[in-house]
Amino acid sequence: MLSLNRISKTYKTGTFGGKDLVAVRDVSFDINPGEVISLIGESGSGKTTVGKMVLKLIDITKGSITLDGVDVAHKQGAELKTYYRHVQGVFQDPFSSYNPIFKADRVFSLIRSEFFADMPRAEWDAKVDGVLRSVTLEPNQVLNKYPHQLSGGQLQRLLVARALLLDLKILIADEIISMLDASTRIDVLNLLADLKSRGLGILFITHDLSLGNYISEKTVILRRGSVVEMGATDKVFGNPTHPYTRMLISSVPQLHKKWAQIEQELPAPIAGRGGCLFHEAYPLAGRTPDRPIDEPTLARVEDDHYVGCFELDSEKASQVA
Amino acid sequence: MTAEFDPTMSPAAGDAEKAPTPKAKRARGEFLFFALRSKKFVVSVSILLFLILLAIFGPMIDTNDPLALGDLPMRQPTLDPGNWFGTTYFGEDVFAQFVNGLRASFFVGLLGGGLGALIGMMVGFVAGYRGGWIDEVLNMVTNVFLVIPTLAVLLVITSYLQARGVMFEAIFIGATSWPWAARAIRAQTFSLRSRDFIDLAKLSGRSGPKVIVFEIAPNMSSYLFLTYILLFGGAILIAASLDFIGLGPTGGMSLGLMMYNAVTWAALQLGVWWWFIPPGIGIIAAVGSLYVMNVGLDEIFNPKLRDI
Repeated sequence: MLSLNRISKTYKTGTFGGKDLVAVRDVSFDINPGEVISLIGESGSGKTTVGKMVLKLIDITKGSITLDGVDVAHKQGAELKTYYRHVQGVFQDPFSSYNPIFKADRVFSLIRSEFFADMPRAEWDAKVDGVLRSVTLEPNQVLNKYPHQLSGGQLQRLLVARALLLDLKILIADEIISMLDASTRIDVLNLLADLKSRGLGILFITHDLSLGNYISEKTVILRRGSVVEMGATDKVFGNPTHPYTRMLISSVPQLHKKWAQIEQELPAPIAGRGGCLFHEAYPLAGRTPDRPIDEPTLARVEDDHYVGCFELDSEKASQVA
Repeated sequence: MTAEFDPTMSPAAGDAEKAPTPKAKRARGEFLFFALRSKKFVVSVSILLFLILLAIFGPMIDTNDPLALGDLPMRQPTLDPGNWFGTTYFGEDVFAQFVNGLRASFFVGLLGGGLGALIGMMVGFVAGYRGGWIDEVLNMVTNVFLVIPTLAVLLVITSYLQARGVMFEAIFIGATSWPWAARAIRAQTFSLRSRDFIDLAKLSGRSGPKVIVFEIAPNMSSYLFLTYILLFGGAILIAASLDFIGLGPTGGMSLGLMMYNAVTWAALQLGVWWWFIPPGIGIIAAVGSLYVMNVGLDEIFNPKLRDI
């Protein structure tokens, strides 16, 4: 199980790093085996940053990430390799994921030279054949080819196959189907569902609500680096509580409805503190909460459904500014 | 080319390019195809090859010691062996001086340019790949080296050293000519390191140095090659100027030193043109052809520059 425990990422900007730019603020969730978590957010919401922090491509400013209870922050060298044996990623753009001057199957040879250097050639080839078939690729159609000779869907599935060569527990799928066209999209999506049923934990990063709804057990909605709402997918989608979530869900284009019609049907903002559950449940509702700013800002709506306190967020923003 | 259009002609050339051969082979074929089509490249490489052969085999053909004083001073060039380029004010064999000087010049270019390229690549790759404070420090060092007055430093060093060899000159040039290469390579590395395939290589457990050597460097190999060629030519030119103002090697012979001697002993006023014309042409030909070759190679590597 991979746990994100209140991770934050702050970039230093300006002369001599005088200003802070918060990319991700206080994000926590767990990824369990056989579970897909979709991390949904608009561009710039920090969803890719979360993925890269899990993959240790970016350092964490605050908080910790643990794999089966072991902190991964200081893993280096051999330990880091062991981590990558269990946690792998696939990225958005299949064409930039391959070094353009080498053949596509070089991604496999990299894995071999770093993780399976002692494995005999024949055994390795059989292993590669096996994973390729498990992602429904025909080995002789994709091996020994250059990236530009393969389609985006093939390349993306090759990358999933690459990850499967390892003893994989967690897969970070960062917008892996947003660059694919509709027909190949469903192939890759079904592949993910298949992997899930085989016990893999998947962090599915996307900006597409319907994709997240289609595949995931749990949903985390991110906005400006903070979690605004998270929980079981059917609860978040069935009972959206945060105004941002409602706005997102209503903005999904619907085949038989015009936007003007939807706008009318949008729930009116709740009177008082803008529908912020935390404040309504808080004994001192309406006043500045006298708790440290670092406290979690999620309030429980129901079982396995939490909502972020957007009002508190704006207060924080005014305090920082 | 005045080939007329013939509809029955088999499009052999086009097929060869489109054939699904492995890309490496095709790339090499493409490289040769465009290389041989580029007049700049063919001419400059021919001149360069000729000079290199002359530098290698010249001293074997004319075995005279370039510094041995002879009995016949200021002799016009004749076809007599040992007198192809005439003799100097002291009766030294100018042809022997020329070929030996050429050898030294290429040695300085090879070593000085190589050293400059090596330092430039290391600094540029590390600064661009690691970023952060390492980049700040390396960038500062680069900028400092960029503004160091090379000549002043050389004057100071010269006043401490009794004897200077060609080796010293090459190392000095290499150690002072790398900054612009480092800056250019750093910039390129910056743009490459944020690509997904770099992240993927890291996820495959590759260490930083391996990522630089096996992922980033191959993507800019043609640029690195051009950098080396430019530094090579630059080193020859700098060496010639240093020699000319008397800061060159104290023993041995070089093209710049020949010019220095010719000027010192008033060859121009005495009309001994064969003393300074050959080294002048040698330097111009070597450096010029290297620079033209650089432009030609640029056209070959970069499809946008090809004139079709």
